[in-house]
Amino acid sequence: MAGGGSSLKSYLLVRTLLVIPTIFILLTLVFVLMRVAPGNPVSAALGGHVPQAVIQEISHRLGYDRPLYQQFGSYLWNLAHGDFGATITDKRQVSDIILVNGAATLELTLAAAIVALAVGIPIGLIAGRFRDRPIDAASRIFGIIMYAMPVFVLGLLAQIVFGSWLGWLPISDQASPMTSALMTTHTNLLLVDAVIDGDWDSFWDVLQHLVLPAGTLGLVFAGVFVRLVRINVIRTLKDDYIEAARARGIREQAVVYRHAFRNALVPVITVIGLEIALLMGGAVLTETTFNWPGIGHALYTYLQNRDYAAVQGIVIVFGLVVVFASLLVDILSALIDPRMRYQ
Amino acid sequence: MSETSANAATPADAEDPILTVRDLRVFYGTPRGAARAVDRVSLTIRPGETLGVVGESGSGKSTLGRGILRLLPEGTGVDGEVLYKGQNLVKMTPDQLRRMRGPELGLIFQEPMTRLNPLLRIQEHFEEALKQHHPELKRDELRRRALAALGRTGIPPTRYRQYPHEFSGGMRQRIMIALALVLNPTLLIADEPTTALDVIVEAQIIRLLADLKKTTGTAVMLITHNLGIVAEACDRVAVMYGGKIVEEGDARSVFADPQHPYTQALLRSTISLETTELHTIPGAPPSLINPPQGCLFSPRCGHAMKVCARKAPAEQRLEDGRRVECWLHCPGAIPAGEEAPLERQEITVADEA
Ligand SMILES: Nc1ncnc2c1ncn2[C@@H]1O[C@H](COP(=O)(O)OP(=O)(O)OP(=O)(O)O)[C@@H](O)[C@H]1O
Ligand code: SF4
Ligand SMILES: [Mg+2]
Repeated sequence: MAGGGSSLKSYLLVRTLLVIPTIFILLTLVFVLMRVAPGNPVSAALGGHVPQAVIQEISHRLGYDRPLYQQFGSYLWNLAHGDFGATITDKRQVSDIILVNGAATLELTLAAAIVALAVGIPIGLIAGRFRDRPIDAASRIFGIIMYAMPVFVLGLLAQIVFGSWLGWLPISDQASPMTSALMTTHTNLLLVDAVIDGDWDSFWDVLQHLVLPAGTLGLVFAGVFVRLVRINVIRTLKDDYIEAARARGIREQAVVYRHAFRNALVPVITVIGLEIALLMGGAVLTETTFNWPGIGHALYTYLQNRDYAAVQGIVIVFGLVVVFASLLVDILSALIDPRMRYQ
Repeated sequence: MSETSANAATPADAEDPILTVRDLRVFYGTPRGAARAVDRVSLTIRPGETLGVVGESGSGKSTLGRGILRLLPEGTGVDGEVLYKGQNLVKMTPDQLRRMRGPELGLIFQEPMTRLNPLLRIQEHFEEALKQHHPELKRDELRRRALAALGRTGIPPTRYRQYPHEFSGGMRQRIMIALALVLNPTLLIADEPTTALDVIVEAQIIRLLADLKKTTGTAVMLITHNLGIVAEACDRVAVMYGGKIVEEGDARSVFADPQHPYTQALLRSTISLETTELHTIPGAPPSLINPPQGCLFSPRCGHAMKVCARKAPAEQRLEDGRRVECWLHCPGAIPAGEEAPLERQEITVADEA
């Protein structure tokens, strides 16, 4: 352990500090993109039939009539104070959208990630280990189908089969109306809230609602992980230290588990970070398909209503999540891979 | 012809061989057909002996070393006998064979940089190997044995818990050697253990292997294309060409007085390297998929006769116990009229002098 620890620390410090310029660039980009959109955002949101005076009044209140640099300044100032502004159409606080809808998305995304990893990694490992055998062929077909299948098509299929035909699972919303009405809010994560209250009926209801959307989104991403893990296992099994371990008479099972699988999964961690961005993209479609009250669903609604203030706030949140997810992944990979720890 | 080598133990070296390879053939499946990388090779290794295996790149040295342990890609054909302590490795089940690898037959490789798992500490490598073959050992004993083996190769105990990337190439090769020795193999196959290292480190590793032979009595099969190393560290030497052993015998006599034209050419090429005058063997190694008829060396051999291009020479045993496969050593068997020099289409090979 000697010596190397400090370089790990300085790597982590630099990596963390890099977040600041990244966020600044992100915020600037969002600001510019939003102002480049043609027309007055207020009239775009409220539609043509609102009197000009009202539009001007609202524009003034929201600061859209001030010079751009002033707008940019107060935009950054407000964001720095956690003020994401309010929507134009329904005057909700964006921070409220983030808290309530964001929690729903977090719940969906985490559950989907668990499904994706729980399905994708074992299948990928087995497929790579038994390359070109029937199990591998089957996994490749699974990967290709999942890769080619749009989320909403799979979602629709799941709704038809499990909802309409079999009637096993609810096909929309995060909970049944009764449950929503009865539950108290602690974290906005419904499963967690139900656990806090020890309310197992609600927990069961929420869980049932979660199965189809999380399963759909998770399976689509499982396809990505199957392909990735499989390739990594095949590549790792050709590594020199694998052959060296065999030359020492290590049991094939141990060679595969201790050497090949562990080493094959290191690059997967990095990809998980990248996938989080895609997962959120997928969440927008999944949430619309399953009427899931998440942030993607909100984004979709506000986009349709051309509420740029709302869109701006939500896009910033998406951006921030990606930035921090990749920070987390880089820190994790640094801690896992000893080579990173010392250089 | 293989019978001669099987009964190789002359009264002088009374000890029975630990390893007897008889008519070993290894062929790789390739899209263009089977590549006969090792073709009817026979050899013996006695306890504590160091056998050098030399030859040009592609002559099948590594394939021979791996073929003995059957550490070959899937679909590779293996045929013949590899007798180790009376058991035929070629006939063993994969699991029987696996138990031999390590405690009986060790193998170290050319590129030490990539042979250790980057995610595991040196300690974990040793514990894994020891636990695999001696599950009864306690933690203290594992550690004691590992540190003793590392100590013999010059790695201090303080570095036991470090990761592979914290070591230089030379040190990693020492670790690989220690990792093989900790299991006390009777035979260590070292496949170009120093090729990837610089000259000074190379000398250290070779000295280390020579010392180990003395202190542990481990027999070594040293694969190399550095003839200097063989002269320095080996008791006997086998010269490979196109998957066959063309000459084999006491290292000193082979170097002093090479009998096979290929050995002569090989020695000439190294000597001239030392005098900085470039002198390589003209021509290219034979195709292993469509080998030339007759003697594999005939397209490049300055002494080639008519018979050489038609029929492969049989193995001859000389008075000093040496084996040579060349028509020059059995002139009596050459059919009349076929002693005439071989006329070739290309002149490129002939003007070698
Ligand atoms: N996996 C493989 N599949 C097909 N052919 C192979 C394979 N491995 C080696 N060969 C071929 O077999 C022949 C012998 O290779 P081998 O590695 O045993 O030679 P070598 O004497 O060790 O050479 P070098 O000095 O370059 O290490 C070569 O012609 C090589 O191209
Ligand atoms: S058999 Fe003929 S061709 Fe082959 S090495 Fe001897 S002399 Fe040369
Ligand atoms: Mg080789």
